[in-house]
Amino acid sequence: MVTKFRRALGVAVLGTLTLSALTACGGPESSGGGKGDTKKVTVVAHGSFVPSDEVLKEFTEKTGHTVEVLGGDDAGSALNQAILTKGNPQGDVFFGVDNTLLSRALDADLFTPYEAEGLEKIPAEYRLDEEHRVTPVDYGDVCVNYDRSYFDERGLEPPRTLDDLVRPEYKNLLVTENAATSSPGLGFLLATVAEYGEDWEEYWERLRDNGVEVVDGWEQAYNDRFSGSAGGRGGDRPLVVSYASSPPAEVLGADPAPEQAPTGVATGTCFRQVEFAGLLDGARNPEGGKALLDFMIGEAFQEHLPLQMFVHPVREGTELPEVFTRYGETIEDPHTLAPERIAADRETWIKAWTSTVLR
Amino acid sequence: MRRDTEAGGGAATGGRGRTAAVRLALIAPPAAFLALFFAYPVAAITARGLYDGGRWHPERIALVLGEPGILHVVWFTVWQAAASTVLTVVLALPGAYVLARYDFPGRRVVRAAVTVPFVMPTVVVGSAFLGLLGRGGLTEQWWGLRLDEGPAAILLAHVFFNYAVVVRVVGSLWAQLDPRQEEAARVLGAGRWTAWRTVTLPALAPSVAAAAAMVFLFTFTSFGVVQVLGGPRYATLEVEIYRQTAHLLDLPTAAVLTLVQFAAVAALMALHARGVRRRGGAPALVDASRTARRPRGARQKALLAAVLTQITVLIAVPLAVLVERSLNGPDGYGTDFYRALASSDASGGTFAVAPLEAVGNSLAYAVAATAIALTVGGLAAVALTLRGPGGRAGRLVRGFDALLMLPLGTSAVTVGFGFLIALDEPPLDLRSSWILVPLAQALVGVPFVVRTLLPVLRAVDDRLRQAAAVLGAPPARVWREVDFPPARRALLVSAGFAFAVSLGEFGATVFIARADTPTLPVAVARLLGRAGEASYGQAMALSTILMVVCAATLLALEGVRTDRSGEL
Repeated sequence: MVTKFRRALGVAVLGTLTLSALTACGGPESSGGGKGDTKKVTVVAHGSFVPSDEVLKEFTEKTGHTVEVLGGDDAGSALNQAILTKGNPQGDVFFGVDNTLLSRALDADLFTPYEAEGLEKIPAEYRLDEEHRVTPVDYGDVCVNYDRSYFDERGLEPPRTLDDLVRPEYKNLLVTENAATSSPGLGFLLATVAEYGEDWEEYWERLRDNGVEVVDGWEQAYNDRFSGSAGGRGGDRPLVVSYASSPPAEVLGADPAPEQAPTGVATGTCFRQVEFAGLLDGARNPEGGKALLDFMIGEAFQEHLPLQMFVHPVREGTELPEVFTRYGETIEDPHTLAPERIAADRETWIKAWTSTVLR
Repeated sequence: MRRDTEAGGGAATGGRGRTAAVRLALIAPPAAFLALFFAYPVAAITARGLYDGGRWHPERIALVLGEPGILHVVWFTVWQAAASTVLTVVLALPGAYVLARYDFPGRRVVRAAVTVPFVMPTVVVGSAFLGLLGRGGLTEQWWGLRLDEGPAAILLAHVFFNYAVVVRVVGSLWAQLDPRQEEAARVLGAGRWTAWRTVTLPALAPSVAAAAAMVFLFTFTSFGVVQVLGGPRYATLEVEIYRQTAHLLDLPTAAVLTLVQFAAVAALMALHARGVRRRGGAPALVDASRTARRPRGARQKALLAAVLTQITVLIAVPLAVLVERSLNGPDGYGTDFYRALASSDASGGTFAVAPLEAVGNSLAYAVAATAIALTVGGLAAVALTLRGPGGRAGRLVRGFDALLMLPLGTSAVTVGFGFLIALDEPPLDLRSSWILVPLAQALVGVPFVVRTLLPVLRAVDDRLRQAAAVLGAPPARVWREVDFPPARRALLVSAGFAFAVSLGEFGATVFIARADTPTLPVAVARLLGRAGEASYGQAMALSTILMVVCAATLLALEGVRTDRSGEL
């Protein structure tokens, strides 16, 4: 009768082994490790990279390569994943390194240089790497947003510039994100560095004394605290650090279309973030990766970027959808910083900011 | 394990050597699973931080621990976890009793409902808590009571999330305790309290300890709650590890903090094991259907009412806030947001696929994760209850028991990043394989299965096993006839847990799930990451769907007949 027990045991062990075997073979939709798999391009990106099915189909029809997207969490952690897996990358193309983190990617030698077709259509101000290790794809402006109804009700002018934010009439109204962990939080810090140079810490002291609130991430700032958002209706902060494209996002899908967005942008507070893509060193399908980079700065992809990801296309002459032209702001003169300066001092600034604002 | 001096355990199973061999055979699959999918990836990522230039750098440990901020983080992590655990156990024990022993209409629904928080994304729950307790929240409008971010809000949210752990783990044993034992003590003249303290409490102790250990580990590695309700000024080790790994790529610091987490889990399990070893005799178990009674008399009805009120305030109200938000559209109440979830372009293109497809993904992953967790955890639990010769084997078993708990005390980002760098070469290049997600989720499910099964299996009177063996039953049959019936209910409970864990897991999943197959929590997070009323409303709608999926699954599991006549 012991055999019965043995059999049960055998079944258990076999089951586990089968499972391991299954995993080893990768199950029904395995990919990645296959050899000669030149027909699939894999993009490693952060969670906000969501190209539509249509545009990807177009790419496949054009080039014969299908696209698979591996999404990560946010921009910072997706980049770090790529750095960790350097040399044996998860995919062929990485999307979503911006100018605030560009140095980290370039220092890690993540990318193989490639000059994408159609690069001349992109203004020089976005082409931040002369060796073409990365290709600019889109840009966005980190700006203070305001809740229109709050300021209308009180007959108060909303702030326009960084200088305005420390004025007493805006006391206790602004919420921003942790510069150490949040991309817009860092962008806003860099805007103040670009504006005030050496004296940026002093500005933050005044901002702190004027009651700026710091929360951990954009979601908490925008959805929970900002009184102009759907989630934050009960929030008590009519000013938030977000993006220039947030007001168009607020009215998207609203029926009937409102006269103006419920939120506005303080146009003098913006910092420009440029997002890049690059061909990963060690890519299994470099040809497909190059074709995809060409495609990303081509007309079709550039046109579909704004509504899909709420960013601005970098390609000159790309038409913006109506919701952007009608409700959004074009930031003529955003704050910028050279990538070299960001690279040299980013960590120092963040540490100083943390001890000034959070302690 | 039992006291090592006890002899004769081997007699029932045909000799010591055989028992040891059987135990090893049972332990092998779970051990292999843990080694491959937990120890190896975590060791790989930790080694990246402590080994470079061809040598180890133990001095980094002292360096990191010497930083003034770090000890502060460790201290905050420990005390908030301890406080949360005490608070959760104290608040949830009456609930565990009522839901295990009282038979009242809607009992199953309530049982399923208390587990719902378990799967909710913390960022959504944090938002609901702020809506209730924060500035301009309900309590402020009604009673002028405001609970802003900080330790109090964190503790309250931890009770909300972990209430079910105590109710289910303790309840699965409590439902089967023979009430006649306590009645006997009463007949012998003991008062109500004395009888409970001297008879029932000792019998319950192992499962209370198991539940407390799990709650402690969960709150010890709390991430989202602390981020959302604590703000940037509060950090647990888990939050710090996430920042160091995901944002700063400071692997040495992250590695040291991971080791600190391990040390804490090891210390906790050592305590736990000592507590279990000091246990007295085995309590008598009967079928759960024989212990449930309709509440009689004012006292029992009052207790039932009190528990239901507590569950309403603690659990139902925060969840109701989310449901209300999901229905509150731009043009008044309606199901606009739900309808929008069915198409991929309504959300302005947050997804390559319709958000609703996340339901299917989540369910598929959860079924796989539950199957893995039950297989691995079940084998481990049976191996751990086999009565063997003491001494060495006992220590081995205790060590293995502690090892099984480690995944609960390990940062999700450590596991996620570990997978990426460890499982990256054929034959084990799983980085873009679908199976990676349920594997990561099962890692958290296994300890649940083990902790839920063990107290029940260990409570089975060994004399029953011996009697069955003496009567000529082979070991497998002994197990089937003696161990399995009382374990059935615990198996179901732990299956529900493993399922819920998988449905709600976010930390590791977000790093390894493919963009075109997001799970529900990942999809919710993506929707919340965009501005606009439409995205926010859809995030709330998807969270509500997650609640319903979880509750429905658990109800279905509750509905499986577990009386002795039925077969699982």
